[in-house]
Amino acid sequence: MDPIVIIGSGLAAYSVIRELRKLDRDIPLTLLTRDDGDYYSKPMLSNAFAQGKDAAGLILTPAAEMAQQLNFTLHSRCEVSAIDSARKCVHTSQGELPYSRLVLALGADPIRIPLQGDAAEAVMSVNDIADYARLREAMQGLKHITIMGGGLIGCEFANDWAAAGYAVSVVDPGAYPLASLMPEQAGRQLLAPLAATGVDWHFGTSVSRVDRAADGYRLTLADGSQLHTGLLLSAVGLRPRIALAQAAGLAVDRGIKVDAHLRSSDADIFALGDCAEIEGRVQPFVLPIMHAARALAKTLAGSETAVAFPAMPVVVKTPAHPVAVLPVARDAVGAWQQHGTEGGVKMAFIDAAARMTGFVLTGQHSSERNEMNKQVGQVLVPQLQT
Amino acid sequence: MKVWQCVVCGFVYDETKGLPEEGIAAGTKWNDIPEDWACPDCGVAKADFEMIEV
Repeated sequence: MDPIVIIGSGLAAYSVIRELRKLDRDIPLTLLTRDDGDYYSKPMLSNAFAQGKDAAGLILTPAAEMAQQLNFTLHSRCEVSAIDSARKCVHTSQGELPYSRLVLALGADPIRIPLQGDAAEAVMSVNDIADYARLREAMQGLKHITIMGGGLIGCEFANDWAAAGYAVSVVDPGAYPLASLMPEQAGRQLLAPLAATGVDWHFGTSVSRVDRAADGYRLTLADGSQLHTGLLLSAVGLRPRIALAQAAGLAVDRGIKVDAHLRSSDADIFALGDCAEIEGRVQPFVLPIMHAARALAKTLAGSETAVAFPAMPVVVKTPAHPVAVLPVARDAVGAWQQHGTEGGVKMAFIDAAARMTGFVLTGQHSSERNEMNKQVGQVLVPQLQT
Repeated sequence: MKVWQCVVCGFVYDETKGLPEEGIAAGTKWNDIPEDWACPDCGVAKADFEMIEV
């Protein structure tokens, strides 16, 4: 029998394999990855710096060891150029490979905002371990860095580097930190604690030019002000990798479109993780990946299983002011209510039927995540109601 | 006393030390931690931890 082929070696790919091996030790598996395939902790990319961890220190298990432990055939440094769904094979830089079923765990690309100036191409982003290695190299000897984007990744990086002794400027066109995840009152809680660690906030504006200067770069912001910085990091969001699927004729929208069984428009091709749009939603976080991987592993092992997402809070790793949030949909009907105010906020989103459907916990309240989550319950997550 | 590691983020739970800040006393066995407990760093479930050698 042709193997199940998994493309990718991030958390999504390895979680599917790990879960599948708990159910079936023998079914042939082949993993194709364009990088080395080492298993590492992606959440740590944005909090490893202050801990003094280099890229090698983030690797939990090398690729060859993963292949041995989980009994799969590894093709690393392997580029997949096309999927031939009619003949059920993939074209790669290491030849043609047949599949019985194909799992796309391709990840996402950092969004690049077009910038003016003679150093616009010098903007960095961090989305994998190789990026992190380049970043650490580039940071040596610098004193000041600038981050475009005050969302989850931007805030985590800002806190991490500030804690490591860097002066950090954050530039974001929005009004306050973490704006896509929570109301203003909660997001503003991060301002003072991060400023105290060395973060300089610039909201309501954006970087428009990057030019080389004597000791780094001169940034020109849309409001006309200028910043001198040693390095510019872009953390403005991710775009699911859909090109391979699209070229193969699979249905795509923002991500590769899959149903609750993680099945694409081709019955033998599945997708999960940052590249996937599961029933209309792209959820580039750890918990949705773990749940999707578990369901997909069951399906691949022969027992068709739809993924059921429970309430999945997102933890923002900003030690200066930790945050846990269960975001609500943009169009959710209801209101935020505030409870605690000492040393952070505790806010709950109450829907039209008086049910709590989302929450934000910051500062000292962040440790109440499990208790809050219990009060939510699966059926109350607004995005999941049909 | 054993040590457990989160397979997602590498967070380590050491039974000897417990997690006093999460209300888990030093010496608490892995089996005695509630099933709905989640990794304080990345939020995944207790089931996503594996025992590691020390």
